[in-house]
Amino acid sequence: MSTKKQIVERDSVVVKFVGDSGDGMQLIGTLFSDTAALEGNDIATFPDYPAEIRAPHNTIAGVSGFQVHAGKETRIIGDHCDVLVAMNPASLKANLKWIKMGGTIITDCDAYDEKALEKAGCETNPLEDGSLSSYCVISPAISTMAKETAMALGMDVKNAARTKNMFCLGMIYYIFDFDLDTPYKLLDKRFAKKPEVADVNKKVMLAGYNFAETLEVVESRYHVSTVDLPKGQYRNITGNIATAWGLLAAAERSGRQLFLGSYPITPATDILVELAKHKSLGAKVFQAEDEIAGICSAIGASFAGALACTSTSGPGLSLKTEALGLAVMTELPIVVVDVQRGGPSTGLPTKSEQSDLNMALFGRNGEAPAIVIAASSPSDCFYQAFNAAKLAMENMTPVILLSDGYIGQGSELFRIPKVADLPAINPPIAKANDPDYQPYRRDPETLVRQWAIPGTEGLRHRIGGLEKTDIFGAVSTDPLNHAKMVQNRAEKVKRLANRIPKQEVFGEEENDLLVVSWGGTKGQVQTAVKEARKNGVKVSHAHFTNIMPLPANTADVFKKFKKILVCELNSGQFVNYLRMTYPEFQYQQYNKIQGLPFTVAELVEVISNVK
Amino acid sequence: MSYKTIEKTTEKLTKEDFASDQMVKWCPGCGNHSILAAVENVFPQIGYKKENFCVISGIGCSSRFPYYMNTYGFHSIHGRANPIATGVRLVNRGLSVWVATGDGDSLAIGGNHFIHVIRRNIDINIMLFNNKIYGLTKGQYSPTTPMGQITKSSPQGTIEHPFTVGELVLGAQGTFFARVIDNNPKHISEVMLEAAKHDGTSVVEMLQNCVIFNDGAHKMITDKETRDDMQLYLKQGEPMIFGKEKNKGIILTPQGLQVATIGENGITEKDILVHDMYARNRGLHLMLAKMKPPYFPIALGVIRSVEAETYDQLLENQINEGKANGKIKCVDDLLNSGDTWEIK
Repeated sequence: MSTKKQIVERDSVVVKFVGDSGDGMQLIGTLFSDTAALEGNDIATFPDYPAEIRAPHNTIAGVSGFQVHAGKETRIIGDHCDVLVAMNPASLKANLKWIKMGGTIITDCDAYDEKALEKAGCETNPLEDGSLSSYCVISPAISTMAKETAMALGMDVKNAARTKNMFCLGMIYYIFDFDLDTPYKLLDKRFAKKPEVADVNKKVMLAGYNFAETLEVVESRYHVSTVDLPKGQYRNITGNIATAWGLLAAAERSGRQLFLGSYPITPATDILVELAKHKSLGAKVFQAEDEIAGICSAIGASFAGALACTSTSGPGLSLKTEALGLAVMTELPIVVVDVQRGGPSTGLPTKSEQSDLNMALFGRNGEAPAIVIAASSPSDCFYQAFNAAKLAMENMTPVILLSDGYIGQGSELFRIPKVADLPAINPPIAKANDPDYQPYRRDPETLVRQWAIPGTEGLRHRIGGLEKTDIFGAVSTDPLNHAKMVQNRAEKVKRLANRIPKQEVFGEEENDLLVVSWGGTKGQVQTAVKEARKNGVKVSHAHFTNIMPLPANTADVFKKFKKILVCELNSGQFVNYLRMTYPEFQYQQYNKIQGLPFTVAELVEVISNVK
Repeated sequence: MSYKTIEKTTEKLTKEDFASDQMVKWCPGCGNHSILAAVENVFPQIGYKKENFCVISGIGCSSRFPYYMNTYGFHSIHGRANPIATGVRLVNRGLSVWVATGDGDSLAIGGNHFIHVIRRNIDINIMLFNNKIYGLTKGQYSPTTPMGQITKSSPQGTIEHPFTVGELVLGAQGTFFARVIDNNPKHISEVMLEAAKHDGTSVVEMLQNCVIFNDGAHKMITDKETRDDMQLYLKQGEPMIFGKEKNKGIILTPQGLQVATIGENGITEKDILVHDMYARNRGLHLMLAKMKPPYFPIALGVIRSVEAETYDQLLENQINEGKANGKIKCVDDLLNSGDTWEIK
């Protein structure tokens, strides 16, 4: 019998789905976030999965998760969850520290047998030993009910058992006061070729929904505020997909063919996989035999006149460094996307970090300056990928775009732009039979050389990794010429500082404290700064996208603050770069190297306690 | 199809059209000089517009090649000429792409790229200069240096089993493999013309003598005294006959290939194997590629040339198919595909 439950209005909620990898957590997480978005909530999501595809069943190592933050202004995934859906003891144990006090836990009591408890390292059953007394625990026999529902519809035992995730999702939809029309449509779309599977899933979901309605234990339902976003067409997008699309947009806008030479690597593989789908847009995607061949094929493609890109993560960037030097030397445009993960070496493949900054800035032999920019959110990946392509081609130089596992795999709402509204891209392509063409003749203002594309009449020339004479490009070991060419390459990147947007400040331009961040931490840092300001802390925020070169007004920004605090997910790479570049300022630093994003709570505390 | 589809020139091109203004800095007597001359000779014969040639190299003595040719050229980094050439060719199928590389460049540091470019059958032409030594670093052994040879880095003799280039190429499913010697430029030009006409990766192994660090590496093959008995020039459809007296030939026995003398032990010309470079079965090609002195002559000329789909053609087919049938015609279509919603 249904009982009317109290409905609580909330600005936003955080829901986390966790279970064995293979329990379908990513699927129900995505369905829930898509539903929330279609219901008018702003969303941010983050998948959290183990490096192993199917780690041992019921163990902590095998826990796979998907976190959704839905509501008003959810630029970040949210620190702690209001609702945790945990499919077994191991996933519950691994995630207990991420639930808010008083939060709701939905878990499957069928999964708490002796063996599973032992594998999870639980001496006693947490459902019975009182250890969960600070939470609202709902632990029905989810497996049994899901299985019975599915088998009644004619599904075999094995497949029926796998519908337990849908049962949980149905319960969640009830708790969040969503009706089931939207998820039904999403299921129909997902299982378009197997309507009978869609049907069973719908019925199990409905069973979960109805079951939740009858539960006395569901104390409150949440109604999440819809967001007040600017008018426009929206979609949900992950950072990696946005990166791929930004590159496609830049190819179309510039009229250049898109070439991606890449090798699969977590967490960057999605960029390769996504671009491989878009043959209809003319994208040429080459899965190379290794990381080196990935970047070298891109360099060849660039020589031949394409918008050439390669995508990778830290270990791959290490392998690409020699070739990056070649692109610097030959002054050919390429875009290198590094979706950073925890390092060094293989490190933490599925976790996020900002620890490749030093390598991006300095990781090449000789003095080999390249442009470095960093994306700040999943949707920003679109604009920064576009920007990276524009900067590379217009400046005839490699550009390293730093993304990270957190924004690359996380998603958020994306207001869909029109390609025609994106900035124009004008590569300096040399004209056929130009009598003045020389390989290293430069624009006097920007120091950019021309792009003479093989096949063009009258421009035959040779380039390479050996030092060349200024203007004419003949092989040369002349000491003064070398000095001049080193300077030219550095100066070309340096002068760009005057043509990129000025550094902006959130909050007052003159204040006690400036919090500085860069890359994928923008959401957490900005939210923390806002909270601290509410608490009366005199703090502003500068978030950097342009890393090399830094915006021309950086020192002017810094000098208006009494204190500067640099927050980043490494041991202090950006802060040391600032110390080197602007030694006239004192910097404090806050660093986290756990493979995890910042939490807003920890940042608020740090910001409030800056001495 | 590239030989037919790359734009031809209407000009009458000569050797001079491809000679660069750079001073050639190889050592006097180096085998590379005659190879360069042969290539300058053959490019006009191939007949493409001169802007459509692209010469790409890695690192090593032979990799200076692009600087000495007046074409679009790229002298890259050690071992990486093949993936760079791959990128060039995939972007523009109107270019005739030539790779100049060596035994160190393509078989050691670039070994991985070498086998994969061949496996994919990308339509490029690889000139592999094999002098069985690292010349530019002054005399260390390479992957083709014979076992036991004393070099700077093997003072007691190498303890490595060398690669046979042809065996590696055919093992990687190579569709074109040929071998030439640096002292026969006319033959180099003939073979390179065949390589240019081949659709897919062509590998021409150029036995090249490093006068400074490995002089005489191919002595047994090139010496006036022995060369007629040690060189077998393969010609399509012709029996494999060689020797000063033109009386020796290659026969196939249950034990493999053997050298036989016509007129001895009842052997007649009819028993001698006839060369078929177009044979799909690579067994015999492999045996020919592996023959080496002193028991066998070295096989020269085109050993294998078979048709197979090229990666570049297949990629273009997929793109054309995508453009013809794909629903997403522009990036705006893509951005608005799937689930989107309007906020008013």
